[in-house]
Amino acid sequence: MPMQAQLDRRAAVAALLKDRKDTLVVSGLGSPTYDLHSVGDHDGNFYLWGAMGGAALIALGLAQAQPGKRVLALTGDGEQLMGLGGIATIGVARPRNLDIVVIDNQHFGETGMQASHTGRGVDLTAIAAACGFAATGSVRTLEEVQRLAAQIAGPADGPRLFVIKVLAENPPRSLPSRDAVFIKNRFRAHLGFAAA
Amino acid sequence: MHSPQPNPETRSSDDWPSELYRILKAADVRQMSYVPDAGHSQLIRMFSADRDVTTNVLTTEEEGIAIAAGAWLGDQRSVLLMQSSGVGNCINMLSLSAIGRFPLLMLVTMRGEWAEFNPWQVPMSRATQPSLEAIGLKVMRAETAEDLVETVESAASLAYESDQQIAVLIGQRLIGKKKW
Repeated sequence: MPMQAQLDRRAAVAALLKDRKDTLVVSGLGSPTYDLHSVGDHDGNFYLWGAMGGAALIALGLAQAQPGKRVLALTGDGEQLMGLGGIATIGVARPRNLDIVVIDNQHFGETGMQASHTGRGVDLTAIAAACGFAATGSVRTLEEVQRLAAQIAGPADGPRLFVIKVLAENPPRSLPSRDAVFIKNRFRAHLGFAAA
Repeated sequence: MHSPQPNPETRSSDDWPSELYRILKAADVRQMSYVPDAGHSQLIRMFSADRDVTTNVLTTEEEGIAIAAGAWLGDQRSVLLMQSSGVGNCINMLSLSAIGRFPLLMLVTMRGEWAEFNPWQVPMSRATQPSLEAIGLKVMRAETAEDLVETVESAASLAYESDQQIAVLIGQRLIGKKKW
């Protein structure tokens, strides 16, 4: 059985993004979107409230359009499991400015806390490694998250996928705007592009 | 199993993939993603050889919907190539384009409607246009090379300049003229 995690997800995301600089972040629906917003709303955030499985691929399109910017897909184990094929697509595309960080509570937290595939032994880092990702890893403590934050701020030879193992809990929701057009236009304006 | 025979009266206007490439380049398309498809093979080759265009091969069509949205966040225009059978894989992801009013242009070669040898293609063929319309896309359709070129030109303007979500369906009768 996978080891029980003890790490608080909000503390982990706060440590990961403490010094994000100009990193652009796309968050997967459910808890990762609430986690990202809880750290502080940011014009360089694109929050998903749906489009399950799409966070890492939106981040891919963005990373390819903006190769000079660092792009982070912050998602959950359930969302990334739905987009497993996308890990192969990103592995082939091989962007050097894209990281996927999976906040992994090993459960489907939005829908009743059933154990997810990662809670039953599926290893997303091994899948990413098999798809040609340049670096992968799992972390379980705040100190390891802090080292991870420093690592992803540095250069990469290709896409990277990291898993942060967190406690299965539902902290109070921190809700960003659900207006996708507003979030889109704000994000584009942040990069200096016209709204429409 | 047999394939449709190439039309012996091939005209230059039947080189619609080259025309589509020209139109999409003129529209400043910088990303192309695709699920491999015989009808799109020439267009896929042309984009793949173009160093100014980033191409992504997908494991399933819905990935391309997400990539196109991300491309637009980063100010690039993206086009997505697929077969009608792949439309069924896209429906939930298309809510992203619809709710975010992301520019979207999908070029969809039809299967299951004209000289089709595989009956399993027929149900999704019937569902293609109504499914796309149900999730909020504008559907345009072409049956001749001339009409297709004009339609894609118009669709590209609507998508990229008016933030519309558009699928252009390429009739299988037109694909059937090509050698598979």
